[in-house]
Amino acid sequence: MARASRPISRRQTWWLLASAIAAAAPLAQQVPLWLALAGASAFGWRALLTWQHWRLPPRWLQVLLVIAGTVGVFLQYRTILGRTPGIALLLVFLALKLLELRAARDAVVTALLCYFLVLGQFLFTQTIPTAMLAGLTVLITTAALLAASDDRPHPRQQLRRAALLLAQALPFMLLLFVLFPRVQGPLWGIPQDRFSAVSGLSDSMSPGSIAQLSQSDAIAFRVQFKGEVPPQSQLYWRGPVMPAFDGRSWRVAQTMGAYPEVPYAGAGTPVEYEVTLEPHGKHWLFALEMPASLPPESALTSDYQPVARQPVRNRTRYTQRAWPEALAGIDETPGSLRAALSLPKDGNPRTRAVGAAWRAEHGEDGAAILAAAQNLFNRQLLIYTLNPPLLGADMVDEFLFDSKRGFCEHFAAAFVFALRSAGVPARVVAGYQGGEINPVDGYLEVRQYDAHAWTEAWIAGRGWVRIDPTAISAPSRINNNLAAAVPANEGLPLLARSDMAWLKELRYRLDAVTNGWNQWVLGYNPQRQRDLLASLGLKEPDWRSMTAILSVLCGVIMLGLAGWILRNRLHVDPVLAAWRKFTARLARRGMVWQPWEGPLDFAERAAAADPAHGEGIREIAALYAGLRYGPAPQAADLIRFKNRIAAFRP
Amino acid sequence: MRYPELDAILADINRIILGKERPVRLSLACILARGHLLIEDLPGVGKTTLAHVLARVLGLDFHRIQFTSDMLPADILGVSIFDRGSGSFHFHPGPIFTQVVLADEINRATPKAQSALLEAMEERQVTAEGETRPLPEPFFVIATQNPTHQIGTFPLPESQLDRFLLKIQLGYPDAAAERELLAGTDRQQMVARLGPRIAPQRLVELQTQVRAVHASPALIEYVQALAAHTRNAPRWQTGLSPRACLALLAVARAWALLDGRDHVLPEDVQAVLPGVIAHRLRPADDTAHTDIDAVAGALIEAVPLP
Repeated sequence: MARASRPISRRQTWWLLASAIAAAAPLAQQVPLWLALAGASAFGWRALLTWQHWRLPPRWLQVLLVIAGTVGVFLQYRTILGRTPGIALLLVFLALKLLELRAARDAVVTALLCYFLVLGQFLFTQTIPTAMLAGLTVLITTAALLAASDDRPHPRQQLRRAALLLAQALPFMLLLFVLFPRVQGPLWGIPQDRFSAVSGLSDSMSPGSIAQLSQSDAIAFRVQFKGEVPPQSQLYWRGPVMPAFDGRSWRVAQTMGAYPEVPYAGAGTPVEYEVTLEPHGKHWLFALEMPASLPPESALTSDYQPVARQPVRNRTRYTQRAWPEALAGIDETPGSLRAALSLPKDGNPRTRAVGAAWRAEHGEDGAAILAAAQNLFNRQLLIYTLNPPLLGADMVDEFLFDSKRGFCEHFAAAFVFALRSAGVPARVVAGYQGGEINPVDGYLEVRQYDAHAWTEAWIAGRGWVRIDPTAISAPSRINNNLAAAVPANEGLPLLARSDMAWLKELRYRLDAVTNGWNQWVLGYNPQRQRDLLASLGLKEPDWRSMTAILSVLCGVIMLGLAGWILRNRLHVDPVLAAWRKFTARLARRGMVWQPWEGPLDFAERAAAADPAHGEGIREIAALYAGLRYGPAPQAADLIRFKNRIAAFRP
Repeated sequence: MRYPELDAILADINRIILGKERPVRLSLACILARGHLLIEDLPGVGKTTLAHVLARVLGLDFHRIQFTSDMLPADILGVSIFDRGSGSFHFHPGPIFTQVVLADEINRATPKAQSALLEAMEERQVTAEGETRPLPEPFFVIATQNPTHQIGTFPLPESQLDRFLLKIQLGYPDAAAERELLAGTDRQQMVARLGPRIAPQRLVELQTQVRAVHASPALIEYVQALAAHTRNAPRWQTGLSPRACLALLAVARAWALLDGRDHVLPEDVQAVLPGVIAHRLRPADDTAHTDIDAVAGALIEAVPLP
């Protein structure tokens, strides 16, 4: 207890202050401004007290501040439970704990609080910089904890000791990470209040909504193909299907039936791939057309879009198969076909007239009407651009016959409208088209600017047929990428542009590192663990064998570390070893050799304490002094020295 | 192997300087290590007597230079005077041309005069008017200085202090020694009666033997550990320099020789440590009146023997 109540030195206080600031600073942006400022001023106050040798605030003031802080947090959040309120409360406690640092006990509590707040950072972000920052904070906190027991070493030495301790802990950490039985779910998943503002496709499409996405270079999902990567023009990642049109925007169907499994027959060579989907807060999962299998916990809507049962709030990984040539919906229900034919009562008279003309010419022949529509789009010389002019009420007419400039949503909307007015069922499909292979790790990266809209038309006997009207006017959008298709002077995110090669290269590397982190650290789930262990030769391990392996490997590392520490001891020369034996023997009799004490001085002290053996002690010490510090020690002396010690029985 | 002449010398000095065995032994060690000695103490504790006695028992010439604030370098080194008879300049050596110099109250002189002495100490030769003259061998300077907080002093800068191998304090004698001093015969007469115990040639021989005293790797490691601790620990402004480490080893060797040993022990290093670090280490919290023995003791206890 004497140790625990030893007062805290200034140096220890500085250590703890540094550790607390390192732990609290990254969390400042998560709490309200008043709390961040209050915390900062508490730290500043503490620093001033230490610097000026002033006394700590009185007990009653501390109690008052704790109450005020807790009430403040409660008033802010109306609760003190949950992630952010909890962290806010811990910050209050940390700041005030520093103001009552009195004894070594308080130092340990403060350090533990800092460790806990480091964990708290991971509740908000789990990126690599967060992890590095957390590592740094743990280092400082460990050094502060070391300083709490011994503040004499220089700060650099203290940090080195802390780093050594952490380095020794590292193998255990890795081992536990790899082998400890995993639970399903992300490492730091917090169900509520995440992803309130993530960009991505929405469940409706109006002019400009996808063009807006093209300004973002955030990753939508990453794909790893099991075999060869299909050609760029085949990479249609099916997202929300939008059959409902109100004259302005397209929406997903209000009610959707769902297939528990794929309702159409397979055709063509299947493509196998694994998607790592970034969280987007919606239900849908993106799949290459046409999806041939369903990820677990998902279903296929009646318009063949895989959807998850829960909104995608965490980074999700799933494997899938696609049949590029499958014919879907040959026996489509009349309800769906009706929905795919409905048009608003009025508007766009010119397009309706064109459609009616096709109908009159080709009758029920959907394929012929389709060809006519494609022909029309080809003839009109439409221009693909990110900055289309604003359109009025008859947007389809204005786009097709007047402005002739539009982005993919204009093309898709106009095409579907034209087909419907000719009596051919058609609908808009939103999703992503293309993607880019990261040459560093071979993953296909699909970014927000790859968002796209295309169409499907229902042709009797062939089912739903994909037509991309954008490809008619701007084939390079499909065959290459966005940058190749839009005019050079239009603003695009840096990464979507084809110049700036070095920047792209850098970004590729960064993305590959981030992806590795996502795949192997954050996304290390039971499946990953099983796969990894299987590749190490452990087929289907149960928790018992895992625990056994874990203990064995931990033991091996322990032994290794112990051996490393002992190695220096084993190097000890025989003179020193014999001397240690001798001093240990005297220590048992209450004559403790101080590690800084010279042998002759010690002998005098010991002889004074035990005059009966004084001569023997003096002789052994003199022999030791000669052997260790004298020139050219004789082997005979060493033997005599050892014999004297062996014979020495105090 | 004991050196009876050294024991006799110590016995002679201790008969006159009463109750100061340790400083006396340190000053002899300092001569044996071919270093110079700085004594910082109040007036009247026997600094001059110690210098005088050392010179007598070692059979060396002795001069005393009283430093004053109006002193010029020529007052120490000597001047050339025109000799009308021969029609040329003739060099009159200053008081420094002797074997034992007592530089009394060195910190009362101006830095200019101080540096004249200190350069001569370092070079063991004097260059005056374009001519270099070697100083006699052995050459030993005992400088005394009043504690720096006294009025009218020019404290020596650290770089100059480093030229002294050791800095010791005599301090007041204890009650018994003082009683004996007061009751006994006049010290001046006793000094006058002393005869040399050793030939100057033998002293040079002993100085050579000191350099041959063995310092084992373990001991050198210990000296390094001490220095490393002063360099890393926040207690001191600056750590011990390599020159300070050399000084520590040199005095420890002489100390071992005085004990009749041919090798240095950690005890020797520890015994001379206060004198070596007294004027070289400055504590970080610059409290002027730190007890150097306590400081050295803390340093010793912080560094385990390797």
